[in-house]
Amino acid sequence: MNNTAVNQPRQIESRSFFVIAENQDGCIHSSTLELIGKASELAAIRRAEVVTVIIGSKIKTPLDELFCYGADRVISIDNESLALFDPEVWTKILTFLVEKEKPEVVLAPATTTGRTVLPCLAAKLKTGLTADCTGLDIEESTGLLLQTRPAIGGNVMATIKTPNCRPQMATVRPKNFPLPKYKKRYGTIERPDVPGSFFESRIQNLGVKKLENTEKNIQDYDVVISGGMGLRKPENFDLLKELARLLDGAVGASRATVEAKWIDYSAQVGLSGKVVSPTIYIAAGISGAIQHLAGMQTSEIIIAINKDPGAPIFRVADISLCGDLFEIIPMLIERIRNERRGKSHDRHGL
Amino acid sequence: MRIAVLIKQVPDSDCVKINEKDGTIIRDSAGNVINPLDLNALEEAVRLKELLTGTITTITMGPPQAEFALREAIALGADNAVLLCDPAFAGADTWATARTIVSFLKKDGPFDIILTGAKTTDGETGQVGPEVAALLDVPFATYVSRAEWQENSVTVYRSVEEGIQIQSLPFPCLLTVLSNLNETRMPTLAGKKKGRRYEINTLGLADLGLNRDEVGLSGSATRVCQIFHPKVTRETEFYMGKELENGIDRVISILREKGII
Repeated sequence: MNNTAVNQPRQIESRSFFVIAENQDGCIHSSTLELIGKASELAAIRRAEVVTVIIGSKIKTPLDELFCYGADRVISIDNESLALFDPEVWTKILTFLVEKEKPEVVLAPATTTGRTVLPCLAAKLKTGLTADCTGLDIEESTGLLLQTRPAIGGNVMATIKTPNCRPQMATVRPKNFPLPKYKKRYGTIERPDVPGSFFESRIQNLGVKKLENTEKNIQDYDVVISGGMGLRKPENFDLLKELARLLDGAVGASRATVEAKWIDYSAQVGLSGKVVSPTIYIAAGISGAIQHLAGMQTSEIIIAINKDPGAPIFRVADISLCGDLFEIIPMLIERIRNERRGKSHDRHGL
Repeated sequence: MRIAVLIKQVPDSDCVKINEKDGTIIRDSAGNVINPLDLNALEEAVRLKELLTGTITTITMGPPQAEFALREAIALGADNAVLLCDPAFAGADTWATARTIVSFLKKDGPFDIILTGAKTTDGETGQVGPEVAALLDVPFATYVSRAEWQENSVTVYRSVEEGIQIQSLPFPCLLTVLSNLNETRMPTLAGKKKGRRYEINTLGLADLGLNRDEVGLSGSATRVCQIFHPKVTRETEFYMGKELENGIDRVISILREKGII
């Protein structure tokens, strides 16, 4: 929004916005950068500084880069015992930092970590917290943080504020705000001392079983192809898998198919499963109950394939293909293969 | 072993109404169910009771009709059911809700294990569980998809973005659970009868020793200031029959445009 604010020293009146970094696999996750970008827009309005807080052990991402994405200050708490997430330890550290710095806003990505530690922190700090926001703004008349979130399966959006308690806290849905522009900026990483007792916990971490590459989180894909009961039997998910392979996408599923044990719960898209927002979402044999729509309606392009012309999924789709998925999907696969072949011919031609 | 299960009654249908004035949900007793993930929490409690012996107290905060959710919980195997119900509780945010529940858990406690769903299908915040744990100062784990119970501790498998995080928590502790934790059962006929006859323990503001300004809307840190209905429908390009070929052409050109192929 305000690019000059990044280049020139901001008018800082000791006000700050905290962004709690999300680490995955020892790296800072892109959702952190999105949030730093949004926070610096809002902080400029409030003449506040953006303070990014990183809790972890031996983070591989160079922390200096966080300045280039818009952080004014970077606080790093790096300790061996922080390699694995522990809400008790994180809450102690964050409570300490919040009490010291008194930020007016605390934001974190709405990942499993953010959505676990922030409620705990908010309760300890005796303040409010808004979950899974998709919009953030500053109210002109009051300077309060306006936190907008979907509710009831995305049928309703609610804008929420925290008028009297501080900090104002929110978790923010990943992939919702764009990555901020990278601009060379410099700063000093702060590494405050925290009491050793902070690292003690009643919870014992026993490790993380990493996902195989083939079972990467479906929320991280640009293409998601989901199947519903219209697939008729579990083996027919293979058809979707074939299409997914061609498009470098992931296979998702409706609740009914997961309940029927056709596919694992980790693939479930919807209210009681995952919320995905890919570039391309293909729904095959899914009628489009609210349960499902809530998990995919923010996708950029929605392509629906269904036999029933009255299927509600068509109302949220950009492209509606009404017909037999067992004819349409093989046709798509064939066309994409041809397309690929055509492309490689072109390249040979050059 | 004393087990507490925190449940919420949620609307079953898609026809949910919102109070335009304060942005809170208007609840209708018709078509309400126990939040699906809370059923998994209850199921785990029943299995745990079979394993370690103990009693299950199921708790909900809600309007008078939430008693039906509690009757169902009794039918499914809970021993006690408590309804935290008072007009003063209305419009509570997660923080005020957590405080109200905690006042009961402290009054009736201590509980060794507290279980609840990872999120509800209406509010979808998933915040009350962790907030209750924070206020009680007990260790907790969220998004639990598998639990192995020992005599004084539990090993949990949390479904997180990177995979499965394994942790061990001593009792007392709180877990928020996912649907693949277990398979829920249907109530038996005898269970249903027990649920119907069960005398629900209803507690209000005074019974919990709370002040009016600690609960409900007045005890909430957050305020809903605007409610709007997003446009979810899109202008669809509809292809069927002979037109399907053209539809597939469109899909291909979109995939090309977006750099997917």
